[in-house]
Amino acid sequence: MQKYSGFGLLKHALTYHENWQRVWRSPKPKKKYDVIIIGGGGHGLATAYYLAKEHGITNVAVIEKGYLGGGNTARNTTIVRSNYLWDEAALLYEHAMKLWEGLSQELNYNLMFSQRGVLNLGHTLQDMRDIHRRVNANRLNGIDSFALDTQGVQELVPIMDCSANRRYPVLGASWQPRAGVARHDAVAWGFARAADAMGVDLIQQCEVIDVLAEDGAARGVETRQHGVILGDRIGCVVAGNSGVLAKMAGFELPVESHPLQALVSEPIRPILDTVVMSNHVHGYISQSDKGDLVIGAGIDGYNGYGQRGSYPTIEHTLQAIVELFPMFSRVRMNRQWGGIVDTCPDACPIISETPVENLFFNCGWGTGGFKATPGSGHVFAATLARGEAHELAKPFSMYRFYDGSLVDEHGAAGVAH
Amino acid sequence: MFYIHCPYCCEYREEEEFHAKGQAHIARPADPDQCSDEEWGTYLYFRKNPRGLHHEIWVHAIGCRKFFNVTRDTQTYEIKETYKMGEQPKVTSVSDTLETEEAAQ
Repeated sequence: MQKYSGFGLLKHALTYHENWQRVWRSPKPKKKYDVIIIGGGGHGLATAYYLAKEHGITNVAVIEKGYLGGGNTARNTTIVRSNYLWDEAALLYEHAMKLWEGLSQELNYNLMFSQRGVLNLGHTLQDMRDIHRRVNANRLNGIDSFALDTQGVQELVPIMDCSANRRYPVLGASWQPRAGVARHDAVAWGFARAADAMGVDLIQQCEVIDVLAEDGAARGVETRQHGVILGDRIGCVVAGNSGVLAKMAGFELPVESHPLQALVSEPIRPILDTVVMSNHVHGYISQSDKGDLVIGAGIDGYNGYGQRGSYPTIEHTLQAIVELFPMFSRVRMNRQWGGIVDTCPDACPIISETPVENLFFNCGWGTGGFKATPGSGHVFAATLARGEAHELAKPFSMYRFYDGSLVDEHGAAGVAH
Repeated sequence: MFYIHCPYCCEYREEEEFHAKGQAHIARPADPDQCSDEEWGTYLYFRKNPRGLHHEIWVHAIGCRKFFNVTRDTQTYEIKETYKMGEQPKVTSVSDTLETEEAAQ
């Protein structure tokens, strides 16, 4: 793998940047792999990377029906944080947060990880009680978290309307300074490049049409473009299409796929240097380095695979943003898109063995999977390598819905499910 | 924007008058006291999540406030039919038919 550096940039400038090495190979699939990962998004590529790096398993294929990082990795609002309420979830997301710190250096790829802090606003007395509870829970788990009052919020974000006579006055917020944003595409590309350098085969434009099983154990997958590919273990990381893959393998999951949409404005001068989220009026906003305001909406209430959101949801979201930032009322929106998120009844993921032996699922991240990308890949790689759940993944078995040990994170998930 | 026919109001109304309420035709366990954890879990949390035809419950939240069923394609978002509670869908997919046959056996 060619190392990227400032010096390299200068060197390649001399040859007009025409001699850069390809970022990854496009190999023909082998007949058999130790591990097959279905889904070449951020989580799948991170899984492949950690399988090779931490467990020395390099005979790995990542099978992607479209192009790498073209699904929800390309469609999210890039927010990274770990201020979840319950121990199980907080430890998992904080594990991811610790991996984020230093990941650019590790991958030798600029992820533009910017720890600019995240505010979760409270607009009612009950919001504030929940915020105090969550902040205290976070601190007990060693996560940086602070409760701010109206004054504190106003000082951090002077352009927000924090006056008491709003319909939904800002009473305060929780504040995680280590949280922030990362360049979403770079995360997929960085993991892909590093995994490829260690020998992982990234197979794009290859759609899985069946999961092959024998005596209740998965043996491989059938693909539309390359026929049968065998694998000793199979990891399925396909977000919105998890239900479809589970059906191929012959079982149901407690997940439902919904469209979740986001939109960006025209680029404007730097005005917002942190991330602002509000559960109550329901919107979240940050400003990218390019200058556009990145705005996230809630999910559409109905199931859908259409990768587009509904118009009423856009209207509600922009109402919320204008409520908080009246000065943005005349900013024009440039683009709007939708991704398909697989939501779980308890707003927590499923990282689990399944009724089919050697077939593992990493899904159900719902509306908040991006922030967990490295952590999710790290624990799922360990799960695939050992054939049993990683310590941090154990509470997230799909069988928790049978014994009732749900991890209810609707409050901290930030988006109404 | 969906334009949904409420089978009780017998009129087409805009999507914002309605709320989606999830999968339709989920049978409540006949003998709840005898259910295993797995049966309860399946009843409460495990849902069909088809890429294609889906039967779901909607409520006419700011209209007649009645619940009714919708058969909708989750890929094209086309609404195939709406029908009252207690009625069976006319538009069904192959997998629906297979499951009904399996249940009958």
